[in-house]
Amino acid sequence: MIRFESVTKRYDADGPVAVDNLSLVAPSGQITVFVGPSGCGKTTSLRMINRMIEPSSGTIWIDDVDTAKGSSSELRRGIGYVIQHAGLFPHRTILDNVATVPFLLGRDKREARKGAMELLERVGLDPAFATRYPAQLSGGQQQRVGVARALAADPPVMLMDEPFSAVDPIVREQLQNEFLRLQQDLGKTIVFVTHDIDEAIKLGDQVAVLRVGGRLAQMASPAELLARPADPFVAAFVGRDRGYRALGFTTAGTLDLDKGAAARLGTDLTAVRGSTADGWLLVVDDDDLPQGWINTLELTDEQLKGQITPDLLNLGGTLAHEGGSLREVLDAALSSPSGWGVVVDADGRLAGTITAEKVLTKIRQERSAAAAAGAGP
Amino acid sequence: MSQVWSYFQNHQSQIGQETWTTVWLAALPLLIGTLIALPVGWWASRTRWLYLPLITTAGILYTIPSIVLFVSMPGLIGTKILAPENVAIALTVYTFALMVRVSADAFGSVSGDAMSAAAAMGFTTRQRLFSVQLPIAVPVLGAGIRVAAVSNVSLVSVASTIGVAQLGSLFIEGNQNSDLHPIVLALILFVLLALVFDGLVLLGIRLLTPWQRAVTAR
Repeated sequence: MIRFESVTKRYDADGPVAVDNLSLVAPSGQITVFVGPSGCGKTTSLRMINRMIEPSSGTIWIDDVDTAKGSSSELRRGIGYVIQHAGLFPHRTILDNVATVPFLLGRDKREARKGAMELLERVGLDPAFATRYPAQLSGGQQQRVGVARALAADPPVMLMDEPFSAVDPIVREQLQNEFLRLQQDLGKTIVFVTHDIDEAIKLGDQVAVLRVGGRLAQMASPAELLARPADPFVAAFVGRDRGYRALGFTTAGTLDLDKGAAARLGTDLTAVRGSTADGWLLVVDDDDLPQGWINTLELTDEQLKGQITPDLLNLGGTLAHEGGSLREVLDAALSSPSGWGVVVDADGRLAGTITAEKVLTKIRQERSAAAAAGAGP
Repeated sequence: MSQVWSYFQNHQSQIGQETWTTVWLAALPLLIGTLIALPVGWWASRTRWLYLPLITTAGILYTIPSIVLFVSMPGLIGTKILAPENVAIALTVYTFALMVRVSADAFGSVSGDAMSAAAAMGFTTRQRLFSVQLPIAVPVLGAGIRVAAVSNVSLVSVASTIGVAQLGSLFIEGNQNSDLHPIVLALILFVLLALVFDGLVLLGIRLLTPWQRAVTAR
């Protein structure tokens, strides 16, 4: 557990306050995200935990130990740290980069390298990278090494300073998902700084929204933050689409799925045309995996004489999973070219289709159920 | 050319002696000047206000003609007029002047990310300097040392004008006797020496920076 107790930071004695009387608790084994616009003191707050920046007043406790006591170097060796551009040492191999802190702690070099090797695999890096140098890796790979390095001495606490901001959106999403999976296994106490509210909501067990001037605006779980922003600043910062994004925290439960038959690839079109009023047919393969949509009304007479082939399919539309979130199901319905959202089971086989109207009905039901239970608005 | 060769054979022991003097007059100042410049450059790279005055002073030092520095040494530090120490100390000043700037820039060029990551992982300032900053600065430092090494070799030759015997004395000798052979011989030897110095420094850099080759090989 990390506890801020009335922590204030001023860089100049008479200057403005960077962090203003911050008190909060980052619980053990959870991810606490600091989020806010530039100048809100989120990075300053993070860096005060390992004394890269010394607080002007107040105390930061890690498990009831005052961090201000003792040497800062020793404190830092017990805290994992990941920064934006990874900050790897260009002159050391990937393996030695990962083993940096064990080396510093004077552990046996062979043991440290062995542990580092295991960590490389754990963060999803090919062991062949071990003998390479950082400049030979892509940004995303370097960031994985950065995470492995922070984990090397198995610290109970990890600080992460915008670790995924400098990579492209696709790699960022991969890194985020892997990070969440890793945390499920490891259960570290993590403080994570980002300016990206979507990232905060995705990763945080709880989110601290800071406003300019270093004041805590709201500290809440992501669902709570979306459902009940504390004030206009938080509401504006959490942003648009928050009603839609909040659906991501509610599982869909049992859905009223339409189990209407789907057409198989290779079927003669003459056999299936006219079987739906709007012309749209969902096409699956022999294993019942959805392949795409076909609109028989838009096909030429020539095409209608043939069979259903992959090149005729409209691939638009996301797939929702049974047991997924309401957001996923609603998105499947909204993005489907036919207006019917495709829901699949755990193996990816077609479970059924559903319209956006039915999803909205479901959402209304969930709300009244929650209200009846006294747990929601 | 064969006459240059026979000149060399006839004066072997004298030339051997002079080559040795040239080598240590160039090498020792290179070593000492660099060793003094490193901490000063490091200090300048950390202290913003110090950088500009220090670099400017070093630049001015470097523009003093070598002959002036050689002859003013006895007056400044009380050595004998013909002492080779005058040359050694003057060249140390030049090496220092060149390397202060190089080392300030070399230390300053080390990525802030790597430095702050090192601090965040619990490196002490000293550990950070010796196991992160210095090794990463080697390529830039090395490039500066190569320039200083070659420049020292060529500056040594000027010392013959103040009577310190080394390979440059062959130029004076050739000039006085209107004999081209010692001049050509000295020219060849100076070029060879410069190449050897440069090669040795280059070798040292390569041994210290396997990571640079791995990157360029990609």
